[in-house]
Order: sequence, then structure tokens, then C-alpha cells
Amino acid sequence: MPVFEAFRLALQTIRAQKLKSGFSLLGVFIGVASLIAAWSIVNGVNRYMTEKFAQTLYGVNTFQLRRRPMFAANVPDSVWRAWRRRPRIKFSDAEAVRAALTMPVVTAWQSDENGSVFYGGKEARDIQLVTASERYFEIKNLRIAIGRPFTAQENRSGVPVAVLGDAVAKRLFVDRTPLDRSVRIGGIGYRVIGVVERQGSVLGFPLDRFVVVPAMSPAQNLVNPPGVLDALLVKARSELEMRDAMEVAEGVMRSRRHLRPKQDNNFVLDTSEGVQRFWAGISRILVIVLPGVVIVSLVIGGIVIMNIMLMSVSERTREIGLRKSLGARRRDVLRQFLAESAALATVGAAFGIVAGIGLTLLINAVSPLPASVSPASVVLGVIMGAGVGVIAGVYPASRAARLDPIAALRQE
Amino acid sequence: MTPPGPDLIIFTRELVREYAMGGEIVRALQGVSLQIRTNEYVAVMGPSGSGKSTLMNLIGCLDTPTSGEYWLNGQPVSDLDDDALARIRNKEIGFVFQTFNLLPRATALHNVELPLIYAGYGARERRVQAVHALERVGLADRMAHRPNELSGGQRQRVAIARALVNEPSILLADEPTGNLDSTTSGEIMQVFAELHRQGQTIVIVTHEHDIAAHAARVVTLRDGVIATDRRQAA
Repeated sequence: MPVFEAFRLALQTIRAQKLKSGFSLLGVFIGVASLIAAWSIVNGVNRYMTEKFAQTLYGVNTFQLRRRPMFAANVPDSVWRAWRRRPRIKFSDAEAVRAALTMPVVTAWQSDENGSVFYGGKEARDIQLVTASERYFEIKNLRIAIGRPFTAQENRSGVPVAVLGDAVAKRLFVDRTPLDRSVRIGGIGYRVIGVVERQGSVLGFPLDRFVVVPAMSPAQNLVNPPGVLDALLVKARSELEMRDAMEVAEGVMRSRRHLRPKQDNNFVLDTSEGVQRFWAGISRILVIVLPGVVIVSLVIGGIVIMNIMLMSVSERTREIGLRKSLGARRRDVLRQFLAESAALATVGAAFGIVAGIGLTLLINAVSPLPASVSPASVVLGVIMGAGVGVIAGVYPASRAARLDPIAALRQE
Repeated sequence: MTPPGPDLIIFTRELVREYAMGGEIVRALQGVSLQIRTNEYVAVMGPSGSGKSTLMNLIGCLDTPTSGEYWLNGQPVSDLDDDALARIRNKEIGFVFQTFNLLPRATALHNVELPLIYAGYGARERRVQAVHALERVGLADRMAHRPNELSGGQRQRVAIARALVNEPSILLADEPTGNLDSTTSGEIMQVFAELHRQGQTIVIVTHEHDIAAHAARVVTLRDGVIATDRRQAA
């Protein structure tokens, strides 16, 4: 019997037994749907990470001189300890690097620590307290909604003024204007001079829970030991100039740290690539865990299909006997049942693909997770669905093929 | 093994078939030598347990003998493997069963096409031949009907058309009227008579004397051997 006939027959049988077929499709359906949905999420977040997130977090053509990378996945303890032993970045380091950069760049200091901000009887807890220099807003692309950022003069003199993140302003002041009111940070009064535009969130992390104060203001003692900063931010005009600036910065730092040519840097020049590598680490884990889930549901789906097919073989023993008496060879019967279970699984996979795509669109619409369907997942879904069908069909089909026609015909 | 003469459709020599049943060996056939010529109309009779079903399974190539020879249409078939037997059944034998054995969800036409699918014919040729076979049994106007839309007699005629569609060497009918009333039985026997007149070789297994009376030759089995073998005027 030609393969085409086998599939036509298979689809007829599936149509004739809709309910039973529906149940046997379920496992493969769930497997393929979850494969596509999960893959779509990883895929979408990947794109988001590379295109948007890294840029918001770092800014375009920006690098940071830091003691250790800001984001790192799967770092062994030994590496982590080595990072912690590294010398901190000093104000003098930052000054020296800035002085050495001859190309037009924008630089800013940045340190941060978690803390609380108080106003009257109210407390905004778990706030990112940022001590930074005046160009920080420019580099981070933080636009001021009301008021103004602090000036270079205010920064140098360490005037206690504060620029609030949107969430902090809302928490402490609700509907009143925060401008010119005094909030307390580390027991010292800071005059609010501005509020930053709402930034929203990335992957569910709020981006508005921060307050920025001058790097030289009293809060510097809450954040770092004296004379130490977390990062020097350097924004160049182009990728090329950024690379040049990084080379200069590396040279300056190496000579200041007296590193010999064979010694590794004991500081990092972190770019948005770092974040992307961090995300790649996470998504690799997802890509490893995800198939587990999919495989489990496909195996269950396969077992269900196998059982349904075994039932089907025993119900249709007489039909098999008849077909054999009319000249069906073993391989004809085998092919018929294999086609049937492959068709069952493929139909399940097809529904799974539709559901997976639907789920992806739904996730896009209602959750902050960006998702986009990967064509590779669709292809893989079809292949795995059909594969499960064939594998699950082998045993029932070979049982059918081996039936003795006389006994099969005699069965009631 | 000496090949039989050219006009012998069925030639068996000392066919023996034994079964192991619960540790005991049952000798269902104990040496049957039977020769059937082209265009013979033979009835095989015998009480239950006489071995007629076993003989019918062997003749129909559904089973292989424990010992002895079987030549079908000039070919030795006693030692063939499963797939080769399937091919012989497909090309040389047309089965008609007591319970019709039609596929319930398929139309009459599709039921008749079944052997042609296994013979490897394309869709168009299958249709032409199946329509022709249904015309031969007088069911040209029932082709699109499913078995449950047909009477018992009509169903059996569909089954006969299916048996004929590959133009087999023999038509092998096992109690073909066992599930039919006497009027319908008569009609079916008319169909067989007509096919015989057209040159078809027919073997009918039955225990009813008035059915066997339609055949030109009656072979009676008893205890696994041929008890009588006589020709009669049809």
C-alpha cells in the first residue's frame, strides 16, 4: 500500500473517532504548545535584551570603568573572591582617566547603594541611592520631568540636593509637588530639585525606585568608603571612539596599578556586551531546562498515543485479519498503523503550534515579557510531533502486523 | 515434487496439518489429496471437527501445512513465507465469508477496491475495476452506500464483488449463506451459478446439503480425511 493511501486511511480513521483521537492528541498538543510558547519568550526576551535593555541600562556607546562586572552569570566562587580582593576605583583614578581622554566624551561618576528616603512621617524603602556627578543624567538618558538636574557647581561643593525617581516622588509626595521640599537621606536633609520622567520597568523590574544626589554630597559616606566610587561612566560619540577611549582608560589604569605586561587587569571596562553575555548565560540555562519540560510532555503524549493505538489494534483485529486475507502484507499493516499514529501526533502538533502562537501573542499582550515566535520552534514542533507518533506507533503497529489472519478473522 | 498438469488449479498431495493444543497434538488434517480443475464448482462438506475449516484455510493460503504439498495454479505454495502468501491471496484467491467482513465505514465501492490497493493499482484503475466487479453482481446502483445501508444479500454481493475484483483463480466461499434467509440464499447461489457459467472456479465450504446441491462436485471430509468425492448433475 502506498504511503499516501496509508495517510488517507489514517485521517479517515481519526475523523471517525474524534473523541478518542482528541484525547490521544493532548500530550503532543501540550508538548508542542509549551515548546513554542517558551521558546518564543526566550527568543523575544533575547531580542529585547540585545536591542533595548542593554541600551537603557548602559546607554549607547558607553562603557563603565569598574572593579568587577555589573552583571555576571555562573561565576565560580573563586573568581568572585578574586574580584572582591581587587582594589577599588578611587576618585583619583577617575580623574586621571578623564584627563587622559582627549577625544570628545561625556563622563560621570556613579556609586549606588540600597537605602531609604524619608519625608515627614513617610519612608520610601529599598530605594537605589545613587551618588553621581552632574553628567550622569545625560549619559543614562534620564529626562527631568519637573525641576532640574543638579549642576557641576552643586556637585563639586556637595550641596545636599536630590533628584527623585518617579516612584519615589509618588510614594513620598502623592499629589503634592516635591520641589523645594526637604527629604532625609541618612539623617541629612536634601532639598528636592527635580523629578525624573517615568522609566517604567524591564522584565518586571521597576526602573523608577531611585534617588540621585551629588557625588560629593554627604550621602557619599553611606555608599562607599571615602575617596572611592563604583564606576566611571564614559560615553563616546561612536562605537569606534568608545573603543579608543577604552584603550586609553585601560592604559591609564594599568600604569596607575603598576601592572606588568603579563598581569591581567584588576578592573573591568564594562559595556552593554557584558549585560548581553549575562543574559546569554541565563537564556542558555532556559534552553537547557526547557527541553526537559517539552520532552516530559512528549513522552507522556507518546505513551498515550501508544495505548490508544494498542486499543485500536485490538478493536480492529478483525479488520486486520480481513485486510491480510485480501493480500495486505505485514509491512502494509505496519505502515497503516504507523501512519495513523504519526498522523495523530502531527495533528496534535499542528494544534499545538496554533495554541503556542496564540499563547505567545497573549503573553505579548498582557505581560511585560516580550515574546516573538521563532520559526525554528515551529519546524522543530512538527518534527518532534511526527517523530513521537512514529515511535509510539512502532509497538502497536508491529503487533498488528504480526497478527495471524485466521485467528484475527475468527475474533468477534 | 512433481508439478501437476496445466489445467489443475488446486493440487494437494498428502496434506497434513497438526496443532499443538494444551500440550496435545491435534491432527486436524491427516493426509488430504485433492485436485480441482479450472472452472470446477466444488462443495466441501463435513460435520464440525471434520477438518473442513482447516482445509479451507490451507487452500486459501491463510495457513501452511505441517507436511504435504500444495500447488495453486501451477505454483508450489506450501513453503512460502508470510509476505509471499499475502501476495498469493491477493492475486489468486477471492474470499467470501459467512459474516461478509465488510469495512463498516467504507462505501461499497471502497470495500471492493481494497484488494486492488494491496495489489498496487492507482486510484483511477481501482475505480474502473471495482465498478465493473459491482456491475457483475448487479450492485451498480449501490456503490456509494455503506454496509449498514444495504440488506444482507446486498452486503454479501459486495463481498463477492470484492472477491472477484482481482480476477482470482478460485473463489473460496466459507458458508456464504450462513447468515442469510432462504430467499436471499437462493439469490446468492444464483450469483455463484452465473459466475461459474462465466468460467470461474468456485469452492464452497458448507454444511447445508441444499447449498452443496448447487455444486457439480461434492467432497466430504470426516476426521481429517476425504470420506467421499463425487460428481453430481447440477
